[in-house]
Amino acid sequence: MAGYLFRRLFQSALILLGVSFITFVLLYVLPADPVRQIAGRSATAQTVENIRQQLGLDQPFLVQYWRYVSGLVQGDMGRSYLQKTEVSTLIAARLPASLLLMAGGIACELVIGLTLGVIAAVFRGRPLDQGLMVTSFVAVSAPQFVVGLLLLYVFAVQLGWFPIGGYGTAAHLVLPAVTLGIMGSGWYSRMMRSSMVEVLRQDYIRTARAKGLTRARILLHHALPNAILPIIAMIGIDIGIFMGGIVVVESVFGWPGIGQLAWQAIQRVDIPIIMGVTMVSATAIVLGNLLADLVTPMIDPRIKLR
Amino acid sequence: MTTAQSATAPSGAADPLLSVRDLTVTVKDRGIIRPLVADLSFELAAGETLAIAGESGSGKSITSLAIMGLLPNNVSVTSGQALLEGTDLPSLPERQMRAWRGARVAMIFQEPMTSLNPVHTIGSQMTEVIRAHEAVSIGAARAASIEALRKVRIPEPERRMKQYPHELSGGMRQRVMIAMALALRPSLLIADEPTTALDVTVQREVLELLRDLQKETGTAIILITHDMGVVAECADRVVVMRHGRMVETAPVNQLFSAPSHDYTRALLAAVPRLGTGARRAKPLPPVTNAPVAKLVNARVHFDIGANFFGRPTHRVHAVEGISFDIRPGETFGLVGESGCGKSTVAKSLAGLVPHQGHIEVDGQALTALTTQGKRDICRNIQMVFQDPMAALDPRMTVGEAVSEPLLIHGIGTAKERHACAAELFDRVGLTPEQMSRYPHEFSGGQRQRICVARALALKPKLIICDESVSALDVSVQSQVLQLLEELQRETDVSYLFISHDMAVVENVVDRLAVMYLGQIVEMGTRDQVFGDPRHSYTKRLLDAVPIPDPARKRQPYARPTTEIPSPIHRIGTPPDRLKLHNVGDGHFVADDH
Repeated sequence: MAGYLFRRLFQSALILLGVSFITFVLLYVLPADPVRQIAGRSATAQTVENIRQQLGLDQPFLVQYWRYVSGLVQGDMGRSYLQKTEVSTLIAARLPASLLLMAGGIACELVIGLTLGVIAAVFRGRPLDQGLMVTSFVAVSAPQFVVGLLLLYVFAVQLGWFPIGGYGTAAHLVLPAVTLGIMGSGWYSRMMRSSMVEVLRQDYIRTARAKGLTRARILLHHALPNAILPIIAMIGIDIGIFMGGIVVVESVFGWPGIGQLAWQAIQRVDIPIIMGVTMVSATAIVLGNLLADLVTPMIDPRIKLR
Repeated sequence: MTTAQSATAPSGAADPLLSVRDLTVTVKDRGIIRPLVADLSFELAAGETLAIAGESGSGKSITSLAIMGLLPNNVSVTSGQALLEGTDLPSLPERQMRAWRGARVAMIFQEPMTSLNPVHTIGSQMTEVIRAHEAVSIGAARAASIEALRKVRIPEPERRMKQYPHELSGGMRQRVMIAMALALRPSLLIADEPTTALDVTVQREVLELLRDLQKETGTAIILITHDMGVVAECADRVVVMRHGRMVETAPVNQLFSAPSHDYTRALLAAVPRLGTGARRAKPLPPVTNAPVAKLVNARVHFDIGANFFGRPTHRVHAVEGISFDIRPGETFGLVGESGCGKSTVAKSLAGLVPHQGHIEVDGQALTALTTQGKRDICRNIQMVFQDPMAALDPRMTVGEAVSEPLLIHGIGTAKERHACAAELFDRVGLTPEQMSRYPHEFSGGQRQRICVARALALKPKLIICDESVSALDVSVQSQVLQLLEELQRETDVSYLFISHDMAVVENVVDRLAVMYLGQIVEMGTRDQVFGDPRHSYTKRLLDAVPIPDPARKRQPYARPTTEIPSPIHRIGTPPDRLKLHNVGDGHFVADDH
């Protein structure tokens, strides 16, 4: 177990190194020049060159990358070009909000998705199942900014149940979390349905019925743990998709998280922030997958980590 | 616990425990209603064992599911009754039926590997059945579970309670299923092919266990099986079913000695029997011919486990030093129980798993071959597997499947390939008109014929039959075996015939090797091994085969007391090699431990 964890953490570090390299290359070849952004339109060629030298952007690519990575392993993510603040400070200030939103979103998509998936599987082939599957298809296909604006209009503007935007109370969290979770709930309900249908066909479910157990016990105790196994691995992967959603949802609801930070940084070519947010997201994805792999053997005794 | 007698129940002391009357079960498939069981009537007394025998599709399993109220959604009991202690079970609403299931009527199934929930412990699955029916504490349920496990002779029941199904062998799991079914002392136990998936020695232990428990508890048993040997050993009375109807019912001795119906007679005639192999008088192929395949000290190992650095710690010695040869026109048998490595030998011979040691096919060593050479060798070795449905691509017509080997090897034009496939269809007893159909349109036996035709397409010198007839009904099985024999006579093809069924093997092979834990324990001609078995394992295998003759009751089985040893060893400590001794005329026997 310790060996497994050690190996996986080592692999994770390598993955993050790869991510940092690829992102760095992409930002390097980007046609937008960050120095122009900083210096402004009226700056002279000399000023531009000075800033370039100051930031070390005149150095060859590998030197720049080496500086960044060696800083990174010491916990230094660099300074924002425009905000003149440590990137780590900026991210640390905004990360809790994003993690809260993400937790809310995941909880929302799992609760909605898994419940509907189980219901659809139990009523397989009947109108309720078909209705749920059509709904899930709509949920999967709806763009998040549309869903967000729709929810805002109905529940915040028209009904006034929730605040229109901002951050602070539990009521603020509901609409962004639902927006973020709705697409995933569509996915999960479909996956859970097919997984559950498969499990309900297994011999051990027939055994459970032959033992005279109640329907609820068969579903929750015998079918659910088996059906949820393939879903867990998905949740780990899903965190990556969530990161994309967070940028959109935070913008729609004015949520002060790293998504907004990234969005602003992209517009202004603030490379250290883009790099920083990318690395934090990548770390979240890698750790999420690791966590999913660690949880699986707790449910399935056949899986041994080594 | 006394059961409420339903008003319709007839009174009288001699009432049968179970009375099935004119039971009709139908399936609704795309609007068409089709009967699966029609007008079935039989009775079962307390403590009696009734076998329902029949081939696949005879409705024997559906009958049992109807009694249990476990029919699939589109299947229902349309008329008739199944009265258990006077209560018509199929007419009970689900809620009431639940109180009967597991408590008064219990069931065990064919596949012990998949019939237990993999994510819950044995203990949790045992106690829940008790607590579902009786208001007892967890402690009391645990104690009762341990007692039930002890009754089915599971060693160390306390430890088993904490184990998960995958940590137990197939035989152990089936015992757990039996313990679970009998924990509440039901008056009726339905056993649906309870030993079909088990090895023959384990089968014998489980059948004896069922018989002993029945004596003790007085539970009536409905034994559903296709195996007439099992019927002869266990049943008091037999119902023979075919196409959903009862063909014949009789006490077991009468059924075997004087079957009254033609179908029963045909069924009994098709059953392969031990000791009848000698009637197939065929001279052994001459030894002088160059062998079609030759294995010298062949080994196949798989590394498993991992230490801190990810290095393997254990090694599965699946095949450990096997040597034999197969001569042209010969059928060489490989027998042994599951996990003994017989299929791995076949795979290494076909080049499907990497091996060590020397394996040559048609005079060429497999390890020395280039990619092209490996491809060419496939023309000389073909395989026919156990499950023909899984072995045929469902999206390919059977004609395409049969001519595909020719296409892969670039033989002939499309027209010639088609003609060749048509000829093969003719040869295996199908018609060329059927070539444009898909696998699901055929019966199991026909599908296996198609697989044989595909194997023949390249005119191979050796066909590996890996449990090729094990999944087929006995009547179909004998037809396919006959086909294989005819083909051998015509084309002089050799067979490597792998099977767990000793009776079938005795009827088809010329020579054979008995495998145990990856090694050969005995090898020789059919007459040598079956007529004069020398190794204790060979004797035990032969001893365990059920004999389809109720008059010949056997001695109680000498039960092996230890757990089955495993072919997994720590790296660096390989298993001891068995040394084969020639006891005369090519009959080789390993030392007994």
